[in-house]
Amino acid sequence: MNDGLSTIEQQITSDYKYGFTSNLEADQAPKGLNEDIIRFISGRKNEPEWMLEWRLKAYRYWLKMEVPDWANIKYPAIDFQDIIYYSAPKQSKKLNSLDEIDPELRRTFEKLGISLDEQKRLSGVAVDAVIDSVSVATTFREQLGELGIIFCSISEAIQEHPELIKKYLGSVVPMTDNFYSALNAAVFTDGSFCYIPKGVRCPMELSTYFRINAENTGQFERTLIVAEDSSYVSYLEGCTAPMRDENQLHAAVVELIAMDHAEIKYSTVQNWYPGDKEGKGGIYNFVTKRGICAGVHSKISWTQVETGSAVTWKYPSCILKGDYSTGEFYSVAVTNHHQQADTGTKMIHLGKNTRSRIVSKGISAGVSHNSYRGLVSVAKNASNARNFSQCDSLLLGDRCGAHTFPYIEVKNNTAQVEHEATTSKIGEDQIFYCNQRGIDTETAVALIVNGFAKEVMNQLPMEFAVEAQKLLAITLEGSVG
Amino acid sequence: MSTINIIKDRARQLGADQLDALQPIRTAALASFDKLGVPAVKHEEWKYTRVSQLFNQAYQIGADTATSDLNWQAFRLPEFETANELVFINGVYNAAASTVRSAGLVVLPLQDAAQGEYASIVSKHLGHSAQYLNDGINALNTSFLVGSVFIGVNRSTEIEHPIYIYNINDGRKENVFAQPRTLVHVAENAGVVLVETYGSIGSADHFTNQVVEVVVEQDARIEYYKIQNDSARSSQVSTTHFRQVGKSYVHAVTISLNGAMVRNNLNMVMEAEYCESNMYGLYFTSDSCHIDNHTIVDNVKPHCLSNEFYKGILDGSSTGVFNGKIFVRQDAQKINAFQSNKNILLSDTASVYTKPQLEIFADDVKCSHGCTIGRLDEEGLFYLRSRGITEAIARSLLLHSFAIDILEQVKPDAIRAYIDQLISERLGS
Repeated sequence: MNDGLSTIEQQITSDYKYGFTSNLEADQAPKGLNEDIIRFISGRKNEPEWMLEWRLKAYRYWLKMEVPDWANIKYPAIDFQDIIYYSAPKQSKKLNSLDEIDPELRRTFEKLGISLDEQKRLSGVAVDAVIDSVSVATTFREQLGELGIIFCSISEAIQEHPELIKKYLGSVVPMTDNFYSALNAAVFTDGSFCYIPKGVRCPMELSTYFRINAENTGQFERTLIVAEDSSYVSYLEGCTAPMRDENQLHAAVVELIAMDHAEIKYSTVQNWYPGDKEGKGGIYNFVTKRGICAGVHSKISWTQVETGSAVTWKYPSCILKGDYSTGEFYSVAVTNHHQQADTGTKMIHLGKNTRSRIVSKGISAGVSHNSYRGLVSVAKNASNARNFSQCDSLLLGDRCGAHTFPYIEVKNNTAQVEHEATTSKIGEDQIFYCNQRGIDTETAVALIVNGFAKEVMNQLPMEFAVEAQKLLAITLEGSVG
Repeated sequence: MSTINIIKDRARQLGADQLDALQPIRTAALASFDKLGVPAVKHEEWKYTRVSQLFNQAYQIGADTATSDLNWQAFRLPEFETANELVFINGVYNAAASTVRSAGLVVLPLQDAAQGEYASIVSKHLGHSAQYLNDGINALNTSFLVGSVFIGVNRSTEIEHPIYIYNINDGRKENVFAQPRTLVHVAENAGVVLVETYGSIGSADHFTNQVVEVVVEQDARIEYYKIQNDSARSSQVSTTHFRQVGKSYVHAVTISLNGAMVRNNLNMVMEAEYCESNMYGLYFTSDSCHIDNHTIVDNVKPHCLSNEFYKGILDGSSTGVFNGKIFVRQDAQKINAFQSNKNILLSDTASVYTKPQLEIFADDVKCSHGCTIGRLDEEGLFYLRSRGITEAIARSLLLHSFAIDILEQVKPDAIRAYIDQLISERLGS
């Protein structure tokens, strides 16, 4: 296995490819958190009074909460007073076209390979690009507008669609839900809002690219997607962050609401900076993602490819409230070096004849730890609920860990719940089989890992599938078990 | 004074009365109980089992050992005439009622074993379970150690007849809190079969907090059967902790058919290479019975094999909890560990909480777990009904066949027939 060792070394020494900083002048709030900071954020965004009240209420609640410690992850305590809660790229006037964007910012996007105009021209994807905390450009808005689809930054939505925001914001993830959702509710600076009216099938994939940019800046995104009766939307979220020594916190909240016969597909490729090979630096990704299938025959599908972040801690969940609703969760989580991931899902079956499916693939390498933690809960009145869960772990190297914590709670006898999980390494016989046929070990591993993750990769929209496969290859380059 | 304080006082009093070799262990355990307390719902391992509510009433603690009029014989297992029988009344070993027949089998009061030729074994292994069960309940048992027993199986001895252990509570007058404690040592190349059962007399509430620790040496074999078919007023926390210190074989079967709140902790610590252990369980509950099985398999050394298979049938408003943990330590390569939990819900009000958990730190392993929850197979029922079998019989046939996987793992014929009889009675067939 000498081959294996050297390739692991190669992998360990491979640097984070997206680590660069763009020099944007940032309009920042002072470090720390208190009511004045929240007023500052709210004021900067010209928010109405009710929004400020909402934030303050969340903040006061947050003060009473304790930092949760139940997850299978270890990190130094976060000093919440040492974070800058507001940082906006300097930009005073509203933009009418892409040409008005700060050229420096444009170059940043180009380095990441997501040039706005190119995206616009070639792929037909509407991009709401978020640098730090303020949305700088929204494309295809008009085209979507014709269909009645609202796709804008959440700050704009607060100004222009207060009735929708008042109705839905915090309805799936209440501010009191957990420590980080309360913090997010108090200080969120921007994010996306998407509203699909009745009977409309969104003609294009909606995507947002998140970037953490200014130093010492925590990002607190807030995404809200509402799909009215018989509508469909596919939303993509992708992240790459520049290299930093200091740990950075990312505590986002995503809320999805699907009405009767509506379908929301939410895909994520997460590649925040994972820290260096000693485990120094890297992003803390503590996200609360939850969707509610509020109507009958509604469907929410989460797909995630998690390759980055020093610590990932998130559980995209589905509340299956409507009868005949469906929840899906497909996940590939890859950890290397000192990365830690504690991720999974919750499927809460409340309505009758609800179905859910969980496919989780964990790949650990280096000295990393990868945990699947999931809950399948069937309530008393959720007759004929059906769940199938599968969580497999692949270990590459003998210093890493794979953990599985599935919680299954069933209170209805018509439910049918299945769970299965395996943990293994890549078999020597599999590698041998490939070698025999002239495939070198390196390629064989890539082949097997790709096959292992294929079930999830297949769920990704085309645009992301390519990027995700590249990411998988980069992250695991040469990690022969 | 609260029940917990009464219990603590009693433990302290024991410290003054019983100046034997176990005293330092009791004192340390009491300090640990003081610190940890009774686990609340917030305690992850006790999330579904509210053991603290058992401490809301007064108990008679320790023993009233007048057994002359106590009809414990009703609980005797089949073929008791030839078996070794050990009787615990209210958690205290009763030598007069017990019989030790087999040669090579040593039964001693624990405090005596702690001083004689077994002293090193006792000091090395007594209380090892506390490392895996870091909660007040385990410490509470260790803080008493009254009427505890040491069972030793001599080197290269195959104990011909099984050891039956009866845990009898006498609740004719008052509620009983019993804390039986046993340390079993199976020496090199020895083999033994142990069967434990529980019985309550009288209509008061019973709470048994039991700890059995078993040390299995090189080339030794042990079969362990636990039969829980106690009254609906009996609650228990029953810990069985196996420590395989040499290449050895453990076969454990837990059958839980009745009780109020029953919590079983079954631990397998595999500290040597090439150990094999099997853990099987069947819980068949009705009414408001609550059965919680927590198991831990800790693979410390390479080349071990463990098999775990638990099945549950839940009726009435009963609750079944299963939590299986498999740990594979970093140096424990080439491990095979399998775990499976299957449940059938028979009523609208029964519930199941299951958590099959894997924690793997080595890469060259094969570990799998699976669990299913569902109801009786409609197609199977229809098949039988279409052949003129009544629904009641069809259901009972299907359930019986579901249970048989576990039943087959009970190797002594007499015991298997006995359990089969209990299950058949429950199924009304």
